[in-house]
Amino acid sequence: MSSAATTPPSVDKVDGFSRKSVRKAKQKRSQSSSQFRSQGKPIELTPLPLLKDVPAPEQPELFLKKLQQCCTVFDFMDTLSDLKMKEYKRSTLNELVDYVTVSRGYLTEQAYPEVVKMVSYNIFRTLPPTDSNEFDPEEDEPTLEASWPHLQLVYEFFIRFLESQEFQPSIAKKYIDQKFVLQLLELFDSEDPRERDYLKTVLHRIYGKFLGLRAFIRKQINNIFLRFVYETEHFNGVAELLEILGSIINGFALPLKAEHKQFLVKVLIPLHTVRSLSLFHAQLAYCIVQFLEKDPALTEPVIRGLLKFWPKTCSQKEVMYLGELEEILDVIEPTQFVKIQEPLFKQISRCVSSPHFQVAERALYYWNNEYIMSLIEENSSVVLPIMFASLYRISKEHWNPAIVALVYNVLKAFMEMNSTLFDELTATYKSDRQREKKKEKEREELWKKLEDLELKRSLRRDGIIPT
Amino acid sequence: MQHKSKMAGADGDDSLYPIAVLIDELRNEDVQLRLNSIKKLSTIALALGVERTRTELLPFLTDTIYDEDEVLLALAEQLGNFTMLVGGPEYVHCLLPPLESLATVEETVVRDKAVESLRKISQEHSPVDLEVHFEPLVKRLASGDWFTSRTSACGLFSVCYPRVSSTVKAEIRQHFRTLCSDDTPMVRRAAASKLGEFAKVLELDYVKSDIISLFTALASDEQDSVRLLAVEACVSIATLLPQEDLETLVMPTLRQAAEDKSWRVRYMVADKFSELQKAVGPEITKNDLVPAFQNLLKDCEAEVRAAAANKVKEFCENLPEDSRETIIMTHILPCVKELVSDTNQHVKSALASVIMGLSTILGKDNTVEHLLPLFLAQLKDECPEVRLNIISNLDCVNEVIGIRQLSQSLLPAIVELAEDAKWRVRLAIIEYMPLLAGQLGVEFFDEKLNTLCMAWLIDHVYAIREAATCNLMKLVEKFGAEWAQNTIVPKVLGMANDPNYLHRMTTLFCINALSEVCGQDITTKQMLPVVLKMSNDQVANVRFNVAKSLQKIGPVLDSNALQTEVKPVLEKLDTDTDMDVKYFAQEAISGKYTTLSIFFLYEVASLGPRSKWPILYVSERSTMCPAECVSQCER
Repeated sequence: MSSAATTPPSVDKVDGFSRKSVRKAKQKRSQSSSQFRSQGKPIELTPLPLLKDVPAPEQPELFLKKLQQCCTVFDFMDTLSDLKMKEYKRSTLNELVDYVTVSRGYLTEQAYPEVVKMVSYNIFRTLPPTDSNEFDPEEDEPTLEASWPHLQLVYEFFIRFLESQEFQPSIAKKYIDQKFVLQLLELFDSEDPRERDYLKTVLHRIYGKFLGLRAFIRKQINNIFLRFVYETEHFNGVAELLEILGSIINGFALPLKAEHKQFLVKVLIPLHTVRSLSLFHAQLAYCIVQFLEKDPALTEPVIRGLLKFWPKTCSQKEVMYLGELEEILDVIEPTQFVKIQEPLFKQISRCVSSPHFQVAERALYYWNNEYIMSLIEENSSVVLPIMFASLYRISKEHWNPAIVALVYNVLKAFMEMNSTLFDELTATYKSDRQREKKKEKEREELWKKLEDLELKRSLRRDGIIPT
Repeated sequence: MQHKSKMAGADGDDSLYPIAVLIDELRNEDVQLRLNSIKKLSTIALALGVERTRTELLPFLTDTIYDEDEVLLALAEQLGNFTMLVGGPEYVHCLLPPLESLATVEETVVRDKAVESLRKISQEHSPVDLEVHFEPLVKRLASGDWFTSRTSACGLFSVCYPRVSSTVKAEIRQHFRTLCSDDTPMVRRAAASKLGEFAKVLELDYVKSDIISLFTALASDEQDSVRLLAVEACVSIATLLPQEDLETLVMPTLRQAAEDKSWRVRYMVADKFSELQKAVGPEITKNDLVPAFQNLLKDCEAEVRAAAANKVKEFCENLPEDSRETIIMTHILPCVKELVSDTNQHVKSALASVIMGLSTILGKDNTVEHLLPLFLAQLKDECPEVRLNIISNLDCVNEVIGIRQLSQSLLPAIVELAEDAKWRVRLAIIEYMPLLAGQLGVEFFDEKLNTLCMAWLIDHVYAIREAATCNLMKLVEKFGAEWAQNTIVPKVLGMANDPNYLHRMTTLFCINALSEVCGQDITTKQMLPVVLKMSNDQVANVRFNVAKSLQKIGPVLDSNALQTEVKPVLEKLDTDTDMDVKYFAQEAISGKYTTLSIFFLYEVASLGPRSKWPILYVSERSTMCPAECVSQCER
């Protein structure tokens, strides 16, 4: 033990950053940590007495000392170094957690900077590299944070501190400032789900208690999302941030500020385009619906946005989009429905005739939704002509019998809804198809003519055909 | 110019193509059709003529920029090549409004393409137009509300700066300065990534007064994604400054970056190390970069170590000659030695890909004494990639100490890789065989490696068999047809009787690959009979491959053999019961006819260069590739 503590950990052995593939081979649950340290000297902390063993007046002083001791950060990738001291810090942190939970009068003004300093020293760090090309959050085990035994207690302590009855935001705001929040937000990229969970609580408390930081936090989350969507497609904490946003949106005052609407249209909607949508889709859809419940007038831009980004090759995502759309339709106002029904049902008609049966099936389930059915019925003169051709065609052509059966039901429903229109559409189905074909042919001819023209011109330019 | 517009008016039959019809096409409900139309936008413009393109088409495009990003991307690209279609440089500014809108959309690829097109057409603006039309656009973008337009603006400063008046220049500098301290990190990143480019077009005084302060600020940004981009700019900036200013203006920032707390920044420094080294010159390299490089080689993050390891050779090569050897021996080599036994395979394999290059720098004695043990250690590394990287760079050592020094250790390494369980590893080693054969010489090869090469032909993975046939071809290119006749051809032809049809097919594939390098004699006398005999194979796959082979080796055979031997067999295969055999037999037969007909056309009609051939003939060339046509003509 003591010999282990005195051997300086060789820098080269401290390697927790090897690529996933290598790590996988060696250990199943991989761990990682990234504390950039150049010194490898053993760490010595002088043990202090327990807080409960000293008289109350001396406790604040001792509390500060303990906080200072806990600023020392240990290297957890080297499992053999500083074992004794690691254990000492762990028990001290435990003691601090209990202390802030039960004690009264400990939070002197001098304690605030020390608490924030201790938390900062422990949690703020550059996250270790992940091989973003190889790492698949759905398939692979996340890399866990090696220093978790300490880190967890630090987070626990910080949350208790923020929640403590004696906690005064007016004093704390000097230390928990924009820079602090920015670093906190960066940590949401941590691969360790346990850490992200704690961060979620911490950020939520900070958002709740520091009114002055709210706008800043929202803006920084904006930036993280925009970077995620348009630059890196890699950020582990999207779901957690959306979860916080869900409750933030819930609390927005009406009428909504332009800033919030912009966030919806320019940030939340584009989030749908990301490859890893499935990891945070539930939270995202929740946020969207929250917005629409606040302000139904936003329905049109939202649905148009979804239609714009509608997935073309990924059926899985298509199913998610359809699910979200149904959630939106559940809360849509009839006046809003009228505004978007045309583009909306053109897309649904494409989904219904998708060769991927899960997509077709998901779209056809809309007809089991009573509210949606009532909306369709009210507007059947618009919806029916859009849907009819696809339904009619797949009722004859779709490979999957379950889909064909569902389509029959839908057709039947339409027939009952508006039998005159239905008969009309059936009668003109053939001639409509022929008209479409003719139009198609005309298009082709047009392009052919245009191309001839271009060809002639280029030949002339090259001097092959004399002018 | 006038001539051009007259031409368009004269033959663009306007009445035929009312703009409404064309615009209908651009509006089609089907995205794919819309995309196709946009991709042919130049055709539409051509049909409209320059004037209507300017007055009708472009306003339409500007107004309706709300579409799928894919369509917008195509549009942004098209507009960059539109100058002639709007009537040449004097009208090029008409293209600015649609491109300006495109430069503000969210999707990065669209925006980048719009900026690229704007940069392109900026060159076509006259200096006056640049100030009247282009620069105001840049200003508008730079002060846009949403971050996207500001991001786009960053890429446009450097293209207009050199060609505008000094007052406008001052404004541009001011705008750039503002964007460097923008409060969204996206814009700061864009500015940081263009900092080097912008510095290059600035007058030296402004580089010193403006750029350096921006550089220092960006390099200490709170976000590491911004800081790391400043490292890139560092290279350009250091190149621009006179040597005596570097120490005070650049080095403090560079030193700080090399020790940044974020590994991403350190990685960037390692990745750009050679460029940095060249930019700061030999003196600073000796005093500053050598210790910095040592630290990077010892970094706690494997990513950084690997990036630095990749630069070892280049760094050493570019050290000042007078002290090169001392620096390498006392400072670099000890670090390299440690990396050989690094815990991370990516670090080791990065090192293995460059370490051999050190031998040319250090010379024979040092190589034998210091490097050879390292090579040998890496040849025995547990990771195949490391071994492969060593083997693939053998040529460097060969020049210095001769490969014989290594051959004892080399052979087991090669054999082990050749039999590796992963087919990709086997594939990689096959690719180095011709190189190894060249360096080890024909005797060593025959003795030790030939069997391996033949064994690959019956590997159970197709990719390996395929690579093995290609390998044989390269070996014959090296060692000559006679060698082939004695060592390879008999073994290959022997496989024609193998009970496994896959192996029989391998014979055919080998023949396809070898016929040309072996020449007409061997092909006609030895290979052709085997191929013809295989046309009776009971497996259809073999038979249709016979047809394919005959087509392939046809050009090597003389016309007599083609007529008397090949033709009857192909005709027989043409009546085969198997559909595929028939198909390929017909292909082979008609393929030959096409060859002949093209040959005929080429000679008789003397149509000039191929690119000018009328469409009709070119499209009828069917399967023949140009190279084959030419060889036909030569014969």
